[in-house]
Amino acid sequence: MALDSKIPKGPIADKWTNYKNHINLVNPANKRNIDIIVVGTGLAGGSAAATLAELGYNVKAFCFQDSPRRAHSIAAQGGINAAKNYQGDGDSTYRLFYDTVKGGDYRSREANVYRLAEVSANIIDQCVAQGVPFAREYGGLLDNRSFGGVLVSRTFYAAGQTGQQLLLGAYSAMNRQIGRGKIKMYNRHEMLDVVIVDGKARGIIARNLVTGEIERHSAHAVVLGTGGYGNVFFLSTNAMGSNVTAAWKAHKRGAYFANPCYTQIHPTCIPVSGDHQSKLTLMSESLRNDGRIWVPKKLEDAQAIRDGKLKPTDLKAEDRDYYLERRYPAFGNLVPRDVASRAAKERCDAGFGVNKTGEAVYLDFASAIERYGKEQARIKHLDENDAVLVKKLGEEVIKNKYGNLFQMYEKIVDQDPYKTPMMIYPAVHYTMGGLWVDYNLMTNVQGLYAIGEANFSDHGANRLGASALMQGLADGYFVLPYTIGDYLANDIRTGKIPTNTKEFDQAEKNVMDTINHFINNNGEHSVDYYHKKLGKIMWDKVGMARNKQGLTEAISEIKALRKEYWNNVRVPGTANEYNEELAKAIRVADFMELGELFAKDALHREESCGGHFREEYQTDEGETLRRPEFQYVAAWEYKGEPSDAVMHKEDLVYESIEVKERSYK
Amino acid sequence: MNLTLKIWRQKNAADKGKLVDYQISDVSPDMSFLEMLDVLNEQLINKGESPVAFDHDCREGICGMCSLYINGEAHGPDRGITTCQLHMRKFKDGDTIYIEPFRANAFPVIRDLVVDRSAFDRIQHAGGFISVNTSGNTIDANAIPINKHDADKAFEAATCIGCGACVATCKNSSAMLFVSAKVSQFALLPQGKVEATDRVLNMVKQMDEEGFGNCTNTGACEVECPKGISLENIARMNREYLKASLKG
Repeated sequence: MALDSKIPKGPIADKWTNYKNHINLVNPANKRNIDIIVVGTGLAGGSAAATLAELGYNVKAFCFQDSPRRAHSIAAQGGINAAKNYQGDGDSTYRLFYDTVKGGDYRSREANVYRLAEVSANIIDQCVAQGVPFAREYGGLLDNRSFGGVLVSRTFYAAGQTGQQLLLGAYSAMNRQIGRGKIKMYNRHEMLDVVIVDGKARGIIARNLVTGEIERHSAHAVVLGTGGYGNVFFLSTNAMGSNVTAAWKAHKRGAYFANPCYTQIHPTCIPVSGDHQSKLTLMSESLRNDGRIWVPKKLEDAQAIRDGKLKPTDLKAEDRDYYLERRYPAFGNLVPRDVASRAAKERCDAGFGVNKTGEAVYLDFASAIERYGKEQARIKHLDENDAVLVKKLGEEVIKNKYGNLFQMYEKIVDQDPYKTPMMIYPAVHYTMGGLWVDYNLMTNVQGLYAIGEANFSDHGANRLGASALMQGLADGYFVLPYTIGDYLANDIRTGKIPTNTKEFDQAEKNVMDTINHFINNNGEHSVDYYHKKLGKIMWDKVGMARNKQGLTEAISEIKALRKEYWNNVRVPGTANEYNEELAKAIRVADFMELGELFAKDALHREESCGGHFREEYQTDEGETLRRPEFQYVAAWEYKGEPSDAVMHKEDLVYESIEVKERSYK
Repeated sequence: MNLTLKIWRQKNAADKGKLVDYQISDVSPDMSFLEMLDVLNEQLINKGESPVAFDHDCREGICGMCSLYINGEAHGPDRGITTCQLHMRKFKDGDTIYIEPFRANAFPVIRDLVVDRSAFDRIQHAGGFISVNTSGNTIDANAIPINKHDADKAFEAATCIGCGACVATCKNSSAMLFVSAKVSQFALLPQGKVEATDRVLNMVKQMDEEGFGNCTNTGACEVECPKGISLENIARMNREYLKASLKG
C-alpha cells in the first residue's frame, strides 16, 4: 500500500482552516447512531472521549487503571507549550512550529506540526475555562517559564504537576459526559486485539482485569490513545502498567509502525540505585531553568567524590566543569533533551561521573538560590550581604517553584537538594515513534486512529519539553473531532456493528489462545525476569548510543529471548480472575516483538538524528550527523515476524522551513 | 534487613480473607516499599504460590493508584507521601509490618490489597466539572485575571490524587476531604462559581448515597493525606453547602 499522508494543499498557514472548511460533517441526529471506541484515557484519549461525546457520538472509553484519572499523563511535571506570546518575547505560531521541527531534527511532518502550533493557544483558553489552576502572577495573569531548545518563555505550568492538572481537566470533561450517559467508561479493562471487518476497524477485544472475562465491543471507529512504549527498556519513567499492546495489536492487524527507534532519553532523572529498581523517576526539565549541570574538572576529584572522600559543595567554581554552558553557550543548560543526555553520557563515560556507579552528574541550585535570595533581600529592603539570610530567602523562592520535585528527590535519595546538588542521569522517558498516521490522524487501516504519544507524527526524532501535553490535548480536543467526522460521514447508514461475526470470533480466539498458552505454560521464571533481560539488551545495545554491531547482536538476542520467554515463562493463577502476572505476560510478549523491530529500525537508519545516535555517524565534535538520504519516515508493515517487516517510506518535504544543521551553540 | 510481613490475603470480594505471615530477607534500605513487595512476589511466584495483589502504577506519588494500610496508617509511617514513595529506610531490621487494604464500606476489596474506589469516580460524575464545551472557542485565557492567592488555593485543593487515604484513615470512613477538595477548587475560581450551587448539592448527595460516613472533625484525613489537602476545604464546602441549601 502506498503511503498517502493526505496533507491538504495550499500555504501552510491556511491548510488546517481550508481543510476544516471542506470536510464532511455528520448531523447531530446521525451522530447519535454512531459508536466510537476510545482506548486510553490520558490527555489524548481523555480529551478525545470527552469531545466526541459532547459532539453527540456514543463513546465507549477503556483504561487499564482503576479510574481514567490515573493515566500516566498525570505524571507530566513541567508544563505545556502554547504560542500565546503573553510575555511579548517574540513568540508566534511560526516560531513554535519552527522550534518543534528543528527540535525534532527535521524528522517530523511539517503540516502536522504547524497545525499543532496553530491550535496550541486554544488549549490554554480551553483549560482555563475548565478550571485548570495554572500558575499566575501577582497581577492575576498567567505565568510562563522556559523549556529546553527554545529562546522564549511559552510554557504554562501548575507547579511541578502540570500533567496532573491538565489530565484532571480532561477527566472532568469526561465526567460530565459519563454523567450524561454519553461516555460508557470501562475501567480495569485492557484492549487485547482490534477487530477489522471488510478492511475497517470495527471493534476491539478487551479483557476485564477484575474477572478475567473476555469481552467484544463494536464501534464505527476505534481510537487509540494508548501512549508510548518506553517500558520496552524495563526501566523508564513510564508507569508500571504503560505498555505497547494496543498499538502492537493494531500493527499486527495491518497498521504500520513508524520510526520505532526514535526514543527520548531524558537527561534529568534520578540515577539507578540497585537491582531491585522497578522504575525511574524524572526530575522535571523545568529545573534546568535554575539548576546548573556540572561534573568535576579533574578525574581525581571525581574519584574522591565517588569514594566519599570529597563533597561536591567543597569543590571550588574553577574546579567544576559546567559542560553544557561550556559546549553550548547560546542555550547553556537549556539545550534540548537529546543533546543534554548525550553530553552527560560523554562526561560519565570519560570517568567524571559522581555517584558510586559512575553514572550521575550534578544539577546544582546554589547559584539560583543566591541570585533569588539577593533579589528578595533587595525587594524587602534587607541586607543582601547577609549570606545566611540570602540563602534562606533564595530557598523559599526555589521551594515555591519546585517544592514538590525537591521533596520527591529527598524521599527517594535521602539527601537534601537545597543543601547539596542533585545527582541526575538520563533515562528512557518518551517515544516519538508510534503508529503511522496521515494528516487525519488515521492509521493506514480505515477507521483506526492513533493520537497523542501513540502516533509518530509531531516530534520527529526528538521531542521538546512541554510539547507532549500540547500534542495530546491538541489531538484529542481540537484535531480528531474534526477529522473523524469526515470519515464517519460515510457511516451514517451503517447501523450497529454486530459482534457475532467471524471476525470477532477469530480475534477472540487469538486472544484466548495467547492467554491459555501462558496460563498452562508452567515455566521456570517470572515475567519480570524476562522483562529485565529484554530491558538490559535494549539499554546496552539500542540505548543512548547505537552501532551496527550492537544492533545486529540485539536483534538476534531478542529473537532468542522471545523464544525462551514463550517456552519458559511462569504465570501463576488462572485466566478467570484478577491476575496481574497474566496481564504483564501479555504486555511483555508484545514488547519482545516490538524490541526487535525497534532494533531493526535503528540498524537501518544509518544516520544520527535527535534521540537516535549512531556512533558511526557523528561530527568531529561528537554531534549528530544527519544524512539527507534518510529524510523520510520509516513505516513498517507487519509480515509475521518482526524481522520480516517491510518498510514503506514517507518522504519528508519541508516547504516552509529551511533544513539546516541543528545547532544550539 | 530481615522482616516479618503480615499481609491481608483475600481471593475475591466473596472470600472472608485473613492475615498471612511471610518472611523476607536481604531488604535494602534504598528499596521503595512496593519494590520490597515486588521482591516478595518474585519469591512467591518462584515457589509456585500466588503473588500478593496490590494496586500501583506511576510509582512516583501522583497517579493515586497505590494504597495500603501499613502498620495502621494509610500509606505507612512517613508523612506527605504515597506508599510508592515510602522507602524501606523507614523500617529497621527485625520489624514486623502489617499490610492491609484501605478499608471502608464504600471501598469493597477486589483481591488481597486491591480495593474498588469507583465510588470516587461516581461522585465526580455528579458534579466534578465545569460545564464548558471543549470547542476551544472560549474567551482568552487572560481575559479574567484571578487573584494569585485564590489561584494558589484552588491549585492546592486540585492536587488531590484521589487515592482514598482520607477515607481509609477516618474512623467514620468519610469522604469529606476528597469531595471538598474538588468543590473548593471550583468555588475559588470565577469559572466555577456559575454552577456552584448545583455542584455542591449533587456531589454531597452522591457521596451520601455511596455509603461514606459523616465528618466529625477529627482531622485524621488531613494528617494522612499524601498531598497535604487542608481541612479548610471541608469548612469551605460546608459553607458552600449551607449557602446552596438556603438558595435551594
